[in-house]
Amino acid sequence: MYDFNSYTEAHSIDEAVRALGGNPNARVIAGGTDVLIKLRSRDEAFVGRDLEGITRIPGLAGVSVDTQGDITIGAATSFSQIENDETITRCLASLGTAAGSIGGPQIRNVGTIGGNLANGATSADTAAVLLTYNASLVIHDSSGSHEMPACEFHTGPGKVRLEQGQLLTAVKIARADYEGYRGSYIKFAVRQAMDIATLGCAVLVKMDGNVIEDLRIAFGVAGPTPLRAAAAERFAKGKVPSGKILEQLGRICLEDTKARDSWRAAKAFREQLITVLPQRAISQALGGDGNA
Amino acid sequence: MRKAINVEVNGKAHEMFVDERLSLLELLRDELQLTGTKQGCGVGECGACAVLVDGKAVDSCIYLAVWADSRKVTTIEGIAATDGTLSDIQESFVESGAIQCGFCTPGLVIAATALLDQQPEPSRAQIRRGLSGNLCRCTGYSKIIDAVENVAKTRNGG
Ligand SMILES: Cc1cc2nc3c(=O)[nH]c(=O)nc-3n(C[C@H](O)[C@H](O)[C@H](O)COP(=O)(O)OP(=O)(O)OC[C@H]3O[C@@H](n4cnc5c(N)ncnc54)[C@H](O)[C@@H]3O)c2cc1C
Ligand code: FES
Ligand code: FES
Repeated sequence: MYDFNSYTEAHSIDEAVRALGGNPNARVIAGGTDVLIKLRSRDEAFVGRDLEGITRIPGLAGVSVDTQGDITIGAATSFSQIENDETITRCLASLGTAAGSIGGPQIRNVGTIGGNLANGATSADTAAVLLTYNASLVIHDSSGSHEMPACEFHTGPGKVRLEQGQLLTAVKIARADYEGYRGSYIKFAVRQAMDIATLGCAVLVKMDGNVIEDLRIAFGVAGPTPLRAAAAERFAKGKVPSGKILEQLGRICLEDTKARDSWRAAKAFREQLITVLPQRAISQALGGDGNA
Repeated sequence: MRKAINVEVNGKAHEMFVDERLSLLELLRDELQLTGTKQGCGVGECGACAVLVDGKAVDSCIYLAVWADSRKVTTIEGIAATDGTLSDIQESFVESGAIQCGFCTPGLVIAATALLDQQPEPSRAQIRRGLSGNLCRCTGYSKIIDAVENVAKTRNGG
């Protein structure tokens, strides 16, 4: 038996934000693959709380494309849904890869993209990828809704910009941020499944002939939050991605990262990965089919 | 607090009044006496507690019982026919020597059932991936993968 105080299930976004806003003890639970683990270890963040279930809210799970070609992913969309979704495979292939790298099948059937972001972990596999797509997050509360760039969402380990009463409802990606780009995600972990990333590296690249027109690089576990490697991105623009340029680019990534020692890996090893993985990821993106 | 739920378990409808803090695993084992589903880690790491919910494999230890409301749950007891005839996957586990102590077996049979529903012709790598949410401390996995591969071959006429 889990030691929370109560569980209610919202049937609309309005109902959920009312319940969350009106009760300081209320906490969101989506797939529970973080919340219930924390409850097992009696984490005070959830013991004795009033949990608000959101996975049966109609429309909160699923992927849609509007007439402009902009893509919306509901916060309660599971990793399995993302991995197998036709639009994601076609337009946001690296997000599908990241979703498919999470846990094992049972975790992917239940864990959600919204939970992955709201949990605030730097290792969250979908978070780094979403940074490369300049994703925007839709947040609802009792006064309405607003959007926030994904790059402003994480503020520290386990900390995100969500206040009591706020619900993350969707992730949006504009057509201009995927069309013509090729992306890839490399999760470096000790095991190929059921493991948290030692380092995660997402890239998104747009070529103009043989020259890099635009490049975005994001890392997980290279700092307290998922982050972009802005200096390396600037360096790459207008260059031909030769082996030598990519090697230089890998080293420049260190200007924006703040890797540290943990029981999973030493700082020096992480920094080695920070210089190597972007090179591999870019080659993979350029070599593979990538995105439309 | 208790909540009324309607859940179909192994084809049988149940109207129950459950404590909302209960996991689906506790509901199955303690209230319905379906003890084929095992508890290993209790935190989503080992898959011993795997069951099918609307055909999808989930770890019942980290799945609230109330989430099963209006859904169909299949446990290992519902995999064999009512007369006790084993499913082809169960039969293959026996034939391939994929069972030692047997603690992981219910969860692995569930995971394999879901896998072959979604991917009727999996490669060995796809089988490994499909079973990656389940731990076995005894067999070393090779025979489990053989078991699933053999079922796929037989089902596909070879
Ligand atoms: C065995 C195992 C393996 C795992 N492997 C990986 C892995 O490889 N990679 C990885 O990144 N993660 C992994 N995880 C962690 C976890 O599965 C993911 O972070 C998952 O995305 C959490 O989603 P959820 O829906 O289960 O979230 P929940 O547990 O329901 O919630 C997580 C947090 O987000 C909040 N929240 C959830 N949804 C919303 C919302 N819409 N609005 C506001 N707040 C919200 C909750 O209040 C809570 O703080 C693993 C977990 C387990 C148990
Ligand atoms: S007991 Fe549920 S996954 Fe281990
Ligand atoms: S047979 Fe003993 S754990 Fe798998």
